[in-house]
Amino acid sequence: MSELSDNAKQTIAEHLPRYPSKQAVTLPALHVVQQERGCVSNKAMEEIAAILELSPAQIHDTASFYGFFRTEDNPLGQKRIWVCRSLPCMLRGGEELLAALCEKYGIAPGETTPDGKLTIELAECLGACDGAPCILLEDELHLRCSLEDVERIANEPSPPTRKV
Amino acid sequence: MSQTEFKPVLLGRVGRPDSQSLASYRADGGYEALAKALKMANTEVIDVVKNSGLRGRGGAGFPTGLKWTFLPKDVNGPIYLCINGDESEPGTFNNRVLIEEDPHQVLEGIVISSFATRSTTAYFYLRYEYGRCYRTLQKAVDEMYANNLLGKNILGSGYDLDIYLHRGACAYICGEETGLIESLEGKRAWPRIKPPFPAIEGAFRRPTVVNNVETMACIPHILKHGTEWFQSMGIPKDPNNPRDAGSYGPKLYCISGHVNKPGLVELPMGITARDLIDKHGGGVWKGRQAKAVIPGGLSMGFMTNAELDTPLDFNGPGRVGCLGLGTAAVVVIDDHTSMVDVLYNACRFFAHESCGQCTPCREGTAWSTKILERIRDGRGKLSDIDLLLEIANSIGTIPGTTICGLADGAAWPIKTGINKFRGEFEEYIKSGRRSQSHALAGAH
Ligand SMILES: Cc1cc2nc3c(=O)[nH]c(=O)nc-3n(C[C@H](O)[C@H](O)[C@H](O)COP(=O)(O)O)c2cc1C
Ligand code: SF4
Ligand code: FES
Repeated sequence: MSELSDNAKQTIAEHLPRYPSKQAVTLPALHVVQQERGCVSNKAMEEIAAILELSPAQIHDTASFYGFFRTEDNPLGQKRIWVCRSLPCMLRGGEELLAALCEKYGIAPGETTPDGKLTIELAECLGACDGAPCILLEDELHLRCSLEDVERIANEPSPPTRKV
Repeated sequence: MSQTEFKPVLLGRVGRPDSQSLASYRADGGYEALAKALKMANTEVIDVVKNSGLRGRGGAGFPTGLKWTFLPKDVNGPIYLCINGDESEPGTFNNRVLIEEDPHQVLEGIVISSFATRSTTAYFYLRYEYGRCYRTLQKAVDEMYANNLLGKNILGSGYDLDIYLHRGACAYICGEETGLIESLEGKRAWPRIKPPFPAIEGAFRRPTVVNNVETMACIPHILKHGTEWFQSMGIPKDPNNPRDAGSYGPKLYCISGHVNKPGLVELPMGITARDLIDKHGGGVWKGRQAKAVIPGGLSMGFMTNAELDTPLDFNGPGRVGCLGLGTAAVVVIDDHTSMVDVLYNACRFFAHESCGQCTPCREGTAWSTKILERIRDGRGKLSDIDLLLEIANSIGTIPGTTICGLADGAAWPIKTGINKFRGEFEEYIKSGRRSQSHALAGAH
């Protein structure tokens, strides 16, 4: 059975005409797979490589460079929250926020709660220093966050969620 | 033009109802500059941009029109324009606001610049974290295709252009222009050895121009209002310095850290850091004083309180020992903050973001972080201070030891932090104090 969903295959196909090389579709392909599955499995990498006419090692090389993509033995939880700890956020409590959140959920940055609901990450400057301390939920910034704000965001039942 | 009578240009439409839509942009005169440019020869457009004195807003301040002239004259096959929307320099958020609030202004600049550089494809490299920007831009691009502002025969001119959005994956080094190109090509974002420069061999080994988002936003206004108008703002060329290209035009200043009103303001280039903080940032918070201020993103290093009357133009920060204006992201650090904690945070950032290709950068950023960790843990030695300086003075010389400017950027917070605040580091080490800051141990 194919590891890539029809949606993933279609996204890849749509991106191909945009670039003069197939390899350039690597990041778009990795994004769509991780968004759906919470990780990019070895099998998914092989299938992406086949479509892009690359070796699976080339896909792995790129995927592993960006701390963003997860392997199948370390998948994301349903929600991924990044807490910024770079200087402007640190000056306004970013590191305390990250530490408090990790303590609250009993996990270290990069880990996922045992129920698979929440992954907490540390982030470098998210480009929202005017709203320090800030967090990123998937790809949406939330500015001026207290611990209560982040907990509320973490507990909201709404999407985005992944099939994990 | 004085600071008081200045009316925002780049942020002029922020807060207008529906400021993101094509209809409202057009109602405000949007895409008139494009129509004008398309009736000119592409070289004439380059001349206008060159004569305006516009310098790139992405950090290096390279003259934009001049960069465009580095493209080879006779090119068979495609030329690419890459828009640098990776914006990750700590303190910097102007690209985000420009895109979220007024995407068409940026996009009009891109179409004009693509036309000028003879590009028929523009790749907009956008950091992944800017999801809202991505969706705003995609909507705006769709509107453009539907209204003959993109695609074939734009506005009946015979000129064709496609713009594609390309999302990054959370790595600072993708902002370095050749790291961006490698990342766009689907590889790890390892900056390339230069030369060849992108103008000769860039994306997909083709001639390429890389420009920042704010640089693009300036372009329509220059076409519309002319070079004299642009030069009526800012700081003119230094007559005693034949190499100075001047600091013209409006500039976005990001204010963050310990101020009452963090935010984005637009002013003619050259406001002093003190005026920026007091008049536009609401002053230092909690009635405190500024101890140190970063003039333009973390890689620029620190100014002291006594240096705050420095004008924030392309030359000002350099005169007080900082690297330069950088991204004009001003970060204010109050007098209750430990410079040891601040420098640790800076070093850890660069260690985390070094791509690891060059030994001086990879090792130097990692060791400076470890030394500061030791100092923060109460186990520092006085000799560590000079060791840090030695690292800073050795890691970042281009050309020479490293491939890109990240290492140089990593060195400036150390150099300026230690040279300007040495007493505080000595006192900290002698006291054997341990840091109060909550940085998670081992969380690199
Ligand atoms: C480590 C590093 C990171 C950079 N990050 C960015 C960035 O996020 N955005 C940007 O526009 N330029 C960044 N630059 C500068 C780019 O290399 C390049 O000079 C710039 O995009 C050119 O655009 P401009 O001429 O319009 O300023 C970075 C440079 C270095 C060395
Ligand atoms: S200087 Fe640092 S970031 Fe730049 S290429 Fe070398 S190792 Fe990579
Ligand atoms: S430092 Fe946190 S968003 Fe910039």
